[in-house]
Amino acid sequence: MSGNNPFGQDSQHHVLSVLVQNRPGVLARVSALFARRGYNIFSLAVAPTEHPDYSRITIVVDLASAPLEQMTKQLFKLVDVVRISELDPKHSVERELLMATVKVSPEQRGQVVELTNIFEGKILSVGTDALTISLDGSPSKIDDFMALLDQYGIVESQRTGRVALPKLDRTTKLRAVKTPKGGAR
Amino acid sequence: MKEILTGAQALIRALEHEHVEVMFGLPGGCILPAYDPLIESRIRHILVRHEQGAGHMAEGYAHVTGKPGVAMVTSGPAATNLVTPLCDAYMDSIPMVGITGQVPTAAIGTDAFQECDTVGITRSVTKHNELVMSPQDIPMVVRQAFHIATTGRPGPTLIDLPKDVLQNTMEWYWPGDDEVLDSLPGYRPNVKGHPKMIKEAARLILAAKQPVLYVGGGVLKARAADGLRELAELTQIPVVTTLMARGAFPDSHPLCLGMPGMHGTATAVTAMQKSDLLIALGSRFDDRVTGKIAAFAPDAKIIHVDIDPAEQGKVRRPDVPIVGDCRLVIEELIKVLKGMLQSGEKQADVGPWRSRVSGWREQFPLAYDQSEAGAALKPQFCLEKLRDGAPDGTIVVSGVGQHQMWASQYWRFEEPYTWVNSGGLGTMGFAVPAAIGAKVGRPDRTVWAVDGDGCFQMTAQELVTASLEKIPVKIGILNNSSLGMVRQWQEMFYDERYSEVNLSGTLPDFVKWAESMGCVGIRVEDPQEAEAAIDKANSINDRPVVVDFRVEETEKVFPMVPAGQSNDDLILHESQMARREFLK
Repeated sequence: MSGNNPFGQDSQHHVLSVLVQNRPGVLARVSALFARRGYNIFSLAVAPTEHPDYSRITIVVDLASAPLEQMTKQLFKLVDVVRISELDPKHSVERELLMATVKVSPEQRGQVVELTNIFEGKILSVGTDALTISLDGSPSKIDDFMALLDQYGIVESQRTGRVALPKLDRTTKLRAVKTPKGGAR
Repeated sequence: MKEILTGAQALIRALEHEHVEVMFGLPGGCILPAYDPLIESRIRHILVRHEQGAGHMAEGYAHVTGKPGVAMVTSGPAATNLVTPLCDAYMDSIPMVGITGQVPTAAIGTDAFQECDTVGITRSVTKHNELVMSPQDIPMVVRQAFHIATTGRPGPTLIDLPKDVLQNTMEWYWPGDDEVLDSLPGYRPNVKGHPKMIKEAARLILAAKQPVLYVGGGVLKARAADGLRELAELTQIPVVTTLMARGAFPDSHPLCLGMPGMHGTATAVTAMQKSDLLIALGSRFDDRVTGKIAAFAPDAKIIHVDIDPAEQGKVRRPDVPIVGDCRLVIEELIKVLKGMLQSGEKQADVGPWRSRVSGWREQFPLAYDQSEAGAALKPQFCLEKLRDGAPDGTIVVSGVGQHQMWASQYWRFEEPYTWVNSGGLGTMGFAVPAAIGAKVGRPDRTVWAVDGDGCFQMTAQELVTASLEKIPVKIGILNNSSLGMVRQWQEMFYDERYSEVNLSGTLPDFVKWAESMGCVGIRVEDPQEAEAAIDKANSINDRPVVVDFRVEETEKVFPMVPAGQSNDDLILHESQMARREFLK
C-alpha cells in the first residue's frame, strides 16, 4: 500500500462478503487459506452478524494475485464457510472508518476543524498540538480526506478496512440464515 | 435414563458406531485415557513403532477398502509425526481420521509438556479439524469427522482431544444424520452433475475425432470403474490412467494406453498432446501429467468432471465443467449418449485416431536393456518377474522414486484398488506401513510392496509391527544403493555431478535386518535367482518377507519429460530415440 489510495492505479480489488459459523479458529482458517494459496488481501473486517451463530468477514482481495473464481471456490471448501457473496463495487454499498491524529499548530486548528466539518467527520480528542479525528464514509471519501490531512501531517492513523453489503434494488432477494442445530456447533 | 460415560468411553463407543474395525496407533501421556476403554472394545488396535507408520497404515487401509482409516496418537511430537501422513492423505484425497491427545484444557497455551498447536499445525493438511473442548461434544465431532472425511472429495480430518475432555463425563447420545447435516450448514458437496452440462459433454464427445479419456484417482474414489469401462467401450475412446488411477481401467484392455505424464508411456503422453477432446474424469491436471502447461494438449477441448468445484479451472479452463461424483456423472453421461445415438445422432469416426494411437503403441513400447552376464539385475526385470509370479488380485504398494515409476509402468493392473502409492505428496517411506494397512484391510489378498533402498530405511521398523501382529506383507526392495531418482536427475540435468546420493552398497544388510524384525530375508544378486526367490516369497504366508534385489545403479526411468518442459519433448529409451519423429 502506498499513499492514500491503498489500491494503486491499476490494481483490481473486489469485495468478498463471507458468512461463516461463529466458531473459534474460523478467522485463522480463512487467513491461513489466503496465505497458503498466495492470495493477497487488502483489508479484512470481521464481526458477529445479527445472528450470534454467524460472523461476517468482509475481505477486500487483490485480483492481480489470483482469479476471483479460485479464491471463492477454495474459500468455500472451508467447512465453516456458509455463504460467499461477491460484491462488485458497482453493486454494493461500502463503508470504512478512519481515525487519524493530525499534527496542528494553534493557528492551523481552525482549518482542520473546518475541513473535518465539511467531510462530516468528528473531533474525538484535542491536544495542544494535535487533533484526533474520526470519519466514516466510502473508501474514496476517506482517501480524499486523508490526502487533505496529509499537508498538516498525519501522526498516526488507522483505517478499519471496508465493510460492505449488496446494494438494494428491485431484484434483490434477501435470504436470512438458518440457525445451525446440533450439539457441537 | 441417560447413560453417563467418560469422554474416552464416548470416543471409543462413537468409533464403534462408525463401524471402525481397526485403528493404528501408539499411546502416550495425553491420549492415555482413550486407551483404557479400548481394552474392552471390539476394535482391533495395531501398535505401531512410529506415529508416521500409523498414519500411512490408515491410508493403505483406506486405499484398498474405501473405508476411512483411523490413526490414534498422543499430543506434541506424536501429533507432529502424524502431519506427513495427513498431508499425504490430503494430497491424494484419502479418507482418514486422525485422533490426537492434547494437554488438559487449562494447560493449553502454557507450553506444557508435549503441548503443540495441533489444530494450527494440521489446518492446511486436513479437510477439517477440531479441538474438542467439552466431552459432551465428542459423539457429534466424531460423526462430523467421519462424514467430512468420506463424502465429497474425500480427505483427512483430525480430532484433537485434551486429556481432561477424555476424563470428564458426558451424557451419551448418538446424533442422527439430519443433526449432523444441520450442524454443518457450510458443507454440502454437490454430487449430481448439471444435466445441461452433461448434455453438452455428450455433444462434444460425439463430435470429437481424437478424444482421450483422462482418468484420475477421482474415478476410484467414486467407485466408478464399471461405468468408465462402459463409457469407453460405448464410445471406443482410448483411456489413460494417471498414477492415482492405475487399475481403474484394465491395462489389458485394447483401449488402455497406460499412464500419462512425466514417466508415462509415449502413447499416453502423445495421445493427450494430439487430442481434440480430453475428457478429464476425477483428474486434476497435475504438473507431473501436463508438463509445461502452456504447451499441454494445445488443440484439445476439455470436459472436466470433478466433485471439487475448485479443481475446475484451477490449471486449465474447461470448455464443459461438470461438478459432481464421477460415478453418477458417468452413468448420466452414458444414458444421454445412448439416447442421442438411438435418436439417430452419429458419433464422429474415431477409427483413424485409434489406428494412429495403435501405431504409436507398436512403435514405442516400454523398453529397457537386459543386463549383461554377471552384471547386476535390471529393476524392470525384477518387476516383470514379480508381476508374473504374483497371484491374481495381488495388491501392489510402492514408495516414491524410480521404483515407483517402474512399478506403475511394468505392473499390469487389471482391477481397481490393487495399486497403492503416494502420488501427490511423494512421501518416501510410504510403502512399508501402507502395505501393512492394505494387508489389514484385505487379508485375503497378497500384498507386495515394491520399495527402494532409500525409502525402506525411512519406515522399515514397522515390519516389527507386521511380524508381531501377523500381517504377512511382502517387500521387494529394488536396491540400487542410491537415491535413484535424484541420481537420475543429477546425471541428466546436473552434468553427472553426483551430490549426496550414495547410500552404501554394504550397509545396512537388508537380509539380516529383515530377520532381526521377524521376517524372512532373501537376497537376489543374479537374474537366475529371481524367480526362485519370488516363488519362495509367495509361498510364505505366516510372516513378512523381504527380498533384497541388488539392481543396476545407473538404470534410468524412461520415457521422461524433463520437469517444466513440453510433453512434446519426450525423452525415450535410446533404442527408440531415432524414430521419435513418428510421434510428431
